[in-house]
Amino acid sequence: MAVEPKMTVDKKKLVDLYTRTLKIRLFESKVWDLFGQNLIPGTLHLYLGQEAVAAGVTAALKKTDWIQSTHRGHGHVIAKGADMKRAMAELLGKRTGSCKGKGGSMHITQFDVGVLGATGVVASGLPIAVGAALSCKMRGTKDVVACFFGDGASNNGTFGESLNMSAIWKLPVIWVVENNLYAMGTPIAWTCPSENIAQRADGYCIPNKIVDGNNALEVYEATVEAVERARNGGGPTLIECKTYRMKGHSRFDPAKYRPKEEAEYWLSRDPVEIIRKIAIEAGALTEKEADKIRKKLEKEVEEAAKFAIESEYPAPEEALEDVFMEVDA
Amino acid sequence: MPVMTYREALRQGLREEMLRDERVFIMGEDVGKNWGGAFKVTKGLAEEFGDERVRDTPISENTIAGAAVGAAITGMRPVAEIMFGDLITLAMDQVCNQAAKMRYMFGGQTSVPLVIRTVFGGGKNIASHHSQSLEAWFMHTPGLKIAVPAFAYDVKGLIKTAIRDPNPVMFFEHKLVYDKKEEVPDEEYLIPFGEARVHREGDDVTVWGTFLMVHKAIAVADQLAKEGISVEVIDPRTLVPLDKKTLLESVKKTGRLVLVTEETKTGATTAEIAAIVQEEAFDWLDAPIVRVNAPDTPVPFSPTLEQFFIPDEKRIAKAVKSIL
Ligand SMILES: Cc1ncc(C[n+]2csc(CCOP(=O)(O)OP(=O)(O)O)c2C)c(N)n1
Ligand SMILES: [Mg+2]
Repeated sequence: MAVEPKMTVDKKKLVDLYTRTLKIRLFESKVWDLFGQNLIPGTLHLYLGQEAVAAGVTAALKKTDWIQSTHRGHGHVIAKGADMKRAMAELLGKRTGSCKGKGGSMHITQFDVGVLGATGVVASGLPIAVGAALSCKMRGTKDVVACFFGDGASNNGTFGESLNMSAIWKLPVIWVVENNLYAMGTPIAWTCPSENIAQRADGYCIPNKIVDGNNALEVYEATVEAVERARNGGGPTLIECKTYRMKGHSRFDPAKYRPKEEAEYWLSRDPVEIIRKIAIEAGALTEKEADKIRKKLEKEVEEAAKFAIESEYPAPEEALEDVFMEVDA
Repeated sequence: MPVMTYREALRQGLREEMLRDERVFIMGEDVGKNWGGAFKVTKGLAEEFGDERVRDTPISENTIAGAAVGAAITGMRPVAEIMFGDLITLAMDQVCNQAAKMRYMFGGQTSVPLVIRTVFGGGKNIASHHSQSLEAWFMHTPGLKIAVPAFAYDVKGLIKTAIRDPNPVMFFEHKLVYDKKEEVPDEEYLIPFGEARVHREGDDVTVWGTFLMVHKAIAVADQLAKEGISVEVIDPRTLVPLDKKTLLESVKKTGRLVLVTEETKTGATTAEIAAIVQEEAFDWLDAPIVRVNAPDTPVPFSPTLEQFFIPDEKRIAKAVKSIL
């Protein structure tokens, strides 16, 4: 695995990549912990193991750029800059949550930091990303949209519809496939005839690239190139990030269907360790600085958890609010 | 006042809004200059506004609807056209799971100001995949507003209101009313949602209906008037929000209600209206509520079959007389 940082990546960016990757890791570890304490209702799709994807992509975006998330969205929104307190409170179903407790894990969204939405319907985010990118283009903002989706989602009809539309209209969108090799228990090899998903983009004349999704720097560099293309009117790019879930698909899935060797290989390639090593070897960080960053983030995550736990649940009647926006007379 | 067709009035409404607000744009299959929409509603608009703002799309209903959602939440005012109402089935996820639920599940962080236009109704012998009336499905989906204009005056005022509404609006049209003419003012006007139009006032029976059935109910009312039967005809114009007040006041006056739409009977909007009236005006009813709907079958092709399927004036008149 190449860990030589290119000259284009400055030291500050390496620290940024390390910080984003670690932040997601710590947030999700805390979520796992609170889940174990039965403080999180419903189910969860943890982002543990895939942190480098969200970190690498968002590090290449501006605040005004958009991301479209999925059912496995905690990492995306945290990386895009969401407030961790409101994110954590949402997971606990509290009224201080970013969605006032109406969305929860699968709809965790902070619109004001550029998250279009997290969605419970697999592959439903792609059309929305098309529209947001069309809007950026029509309004002449120069903003771009990064749309995350899974290997499983790439088998849905919206994949074809949306890639095609983005290509014919040369929309500023970056299609980010998080290929974690499984859709629930179904290996991608059972549902996709080609070894890689990326080549499907060739059919739509969309430039595409396969990267190590556990290496935030690789993801970042590919995204920078894609963003540049998008901003300059060059249209969409597809980036396939090969990665792996550290945990099962959802709540109680022990992921026994994954071959031992495969799991061992991937779990030995920890995204946090990989970017930490890169940053330290490049002289962007000392061990001490890296630990300092970790301490600071741990504290923020603790505070977020405390805030969430201490917040109130919504009053039952609040269920009736937010269906329609009031119309000005 | 100029007289124009429903189609022309609708086009005028769209045009006025596009002139007023540059965020408004149209997209759909064949809406642009080569065709002007399957029912010619958007004819001429691409020539005037360019093909960026009157945008032809691939045949990708779910992504047309989804792109409208994405554009709406980021500052545009899309008006998406789905060529035939039956084909909205291919866009149901974006309409019902995304557009309708987004504001709610994100706790009011965003709203989705889009309009989706499509067309329902039989009568053109184009069979089961191009003729159904599906408005009840959307009435059953919280978070969507629904307009069901049946007249030229209404369609213009309602499309303008729909485009300005900050919420998703399903804007349903009907194939057999595009050519119906009515006086439509030149000057700007908006029709608020949730206000029914009373086409005929009467004391004996209230007839509530939508689309082509309003036209038929009016003909029935005029014919029965000659027989000394006084029929009140109400067109809700929007289903969500629903003008209950006009309906309930009318029922309290007449004590009798006939509901007539072109939908298949089971689970139709007429069932919901009947339930509302029995909940809120039961004591005023002097007779059972009668529903006039299509039978519970797909829409058939052959003219004899289709004519049997679509409620006609005879059935409406018979229903009125059955409760006198
Ligand atoms: C349209 C749809 N079908 C099925 C499901 C149930 N489901 C939830 S996640 C999932 C697997 C998704 O796999 P992938 O896209 O690879 O994402 P991953 O979970 O691996 O991140 C399925 C089948 C769903 N939520 N939506
Ligand atoms: Mg997967």
